Amino acid sequence: MIPAHLRYRRAGDLTEALRLRREHGDLLRPLAGGQSLLPALKLRRDAVDTLLDLGRLTELSYVTAHGDHLAIGALTRYHLLLTDPLVERHAPILAAAAAAVGDPQVRHAGTVGGALAQADPAADLPTALVALAATAVLTSVDGTRLVPVAELAVAPGVTVCRPDELLTEVRVPLPGPRRWSYRTFARPALEWSLVAVAVADGRIALAGMDRTIRRATAVERALAEGAGPVAAAAYADRDCEPADDLRGSADYRRHLSRVLVARALADPVEERR
Amino acid sequence: MTVDTRPGTATVTVTVTVNGRPHTRQVPARTLLVHLIRQELALTGTTVGCDTSSCGACTVLLDGRSAKSCTLLAAQADGAEIGTVEGLADGDRLHPVQESFREHHALQCGFCTPGMVLAAVSLLAEHPGPLTEQEVRRGLTGNLCRCTGYHNIVRAVLAVDAARHAG
Repeated sequence: MIPAHLRYRRAGDLTEALRLRREHGDLLRPLAGGQSLLPALKLRRDAVDTLLDLGRLTELSYVTAHGDHLAIGALTRYHLLLTDPLVERHAPILAAAAAAVGDPQVRHAGTVGGALAQADPAADLPTALVALAATAVLTSVDGTRLVPVAELAVAPGVTVCRPDELLTEVRVPLPGPRRWSYRTFARPALEWSLVAVAVADGRIALAGMDRTIRRATAVERALAEGAGPVAAAAYADRDCEPADDLRGSADYRRHLSRVLVARALADPVEERR
Repeated sequence: MTVDTRPGTATVTVTVTVNGRPHTRQVPARTLLVHLIRQELALTGTTVGCDTSSCGACTVLLDGRSAKSCTLLAAQADGAEIGTVEGLADGDRLHPVQESFREHHALQCGFCTPGMVLAAVSLLAEHPGPLTEQEVRRGLTGNLCRCTGYHNIVRAVLAVDAARHAG
């Protein structure tokens, strides 16, 4: 059960949502699809005074191409990425990552912005966005600021988003990657990825290998210096501090990261555009 | 007397259309959609299995697409069209997916069946097909059957898909 003292406020549009954020700050927790937040509230892993429901902000559900970037609204649901023609053309790695999320029911409700705001170190879509060198747009009544997705999360569940801000958009640089790969290892029956790897040209992102999703910079460097996939992948867990818990030991996660990076590098999708 | 200046409210008025009929209820803010459906509207065909978003027994159609009603607040569904298992049949005529589940013996204890049927309805609506066995299995990953009756469930869904393509 979600605690009985929970309060609820629905924002009618972005303007109202931003005004409420400015007036009430941390009293309000933004609610997008709720597919991570509501289970966390039931398990008392998270505590909220008042949920600010953003579900009516349909103006934040879109995928648009703008010359040098693909703009994705924060309330775009996962399932829309699976069939969006602009995603298919410019950044199909996002469809591959979205397909790895949960199940159809979760993909019908969960959102891009919600996934980023939850700052889960094993989340699929944010991993692909880190590899794509995407930028998050944080908006307040004063305007917007841009933060690289790789710098958005600072710890599990914690981002640099201020109490008066909302994450409103993600921007993927264009042209999209010419070579990409998304590999994940998860236990069946809807477990989160233990480890996931996203490769976009020379950038490699790792999920499940640290307190936040991170770049595998040692692998990137080895590749730049001419190492082959297997030799470079040996550096996958360099400088990482993966969790050691019931779902998998730290050693097992390190092993998975090397295997998945090697496979991702050896067999990428090549785009002709 | 202190005035509560906090935003939001502890109760929420929710209006939903369930199986074509509009309902309005005032519920505590924490009320899940499945509890609105079962306890306020007395539609108990939608079941609660795990209450952790894993098993899919609570699957309903939210504006035509499958969703887990234990992982949505009732307030989030305000203004939405909801479909539950009670709304599938047309009088005495079962919905084609229900009929196919009966025909292929795609249920044992029956607890997962309403959610399984609605997940299948959503899958068939989203994918024009023809569907492969793999696509049906992937499409039903959000629903667990503790009787492990998956083979017949997949057969039942494939039969509906085949029948609609046969014309």
